[in-house]
Amino acid sequence: MVDGLAVALIIAALIVGVWCGITALRNKPTGDPHLYGIAVVEVLLLVQVAIVIVQLAHGDRPAEFATFLAYLILVPFVLPIGFLLSLIERTRWGSVILGIAALTLAVLVLRLQDLWGTVGG
Amino acid sequence: MVEVRPTNTGPGRVLLSVYGLFAVAATSRAAVQLATKFHEAPVAYLLSAVAAVIYVIATVAFAQSTPTSRRVALVACSIELAGVLVVGTLSLLDPDLFPDETVWSGYGSGYGYVPLVLPVLGLLWLRRTKP
Repeated sequence: MVDGLAVALIIAALIVGVWCGITALRNKPTGDPHLYGIAVVEVLLLVQVAIVIVQLAHGDRPAEFATFLAYLILVPFVLPIGFLLSLIERTRWGSVILGIAALTLAVLVLRLQDLWGTVGG
Repeated sequence: MVEVRPTNTGPGRVLLSVYGLFAVAATSRAAVQLATKFHEAPVAYLLSAVAAVIYVIATVAFAQSTPTSRRVALVACSIELAGVLVVGTLSLLDPDLFPDETVWSGYGSGYGYVPLVLPVLGLLWLRRTKP
């Protein structure tokens, strides 16, 4: 896991989360800009996941390996599902859902980084 | 036919999404705990599994939005609220009972207290959408 990338991911996810919150406060559904926003976060995330998979293949083992794997498998689905739900719910509440998805992603990446922290350290 | 206000649109869809998230999170966590280290803290891990089942039931119930599913959701939210209050209190009074964290330990403090807030919001939402 690359620490700098993880931090960038968390910050990017938080920005998207706050942005969705503002959209919801303005009583608007999500739009194309939100899609571009989460696309950037998702690409960063997939790069991070790919790096982690390579590191795991080289024999690195984080603490609570099973839990780590579960997080790793689930984490790429969070934003796509959130966005899908925001497409179904074309009100401010759809924006709330995408915002929650982004905040959830930030927490999950933090958690992954936390578990990974024990590797070689 | 009795008109039923849907529980699964608007704010309800947000509630449903968070329930779904917790259903997945609690189920995966319970599965990992039961599969890898059941003997270490059987009570805590069985409780995790019970919590997971309740989250799944609540998610499905809120999604259905029929008179029957409303009753199921009411029961699920009530059990959930009782569970988080009882387990939360017990885990603070006697930490030895739960040597490892569950979703409901410390009133759900490990999950930003969402497990405590969620059933309350669920019950409020059911009241708000009462036919």
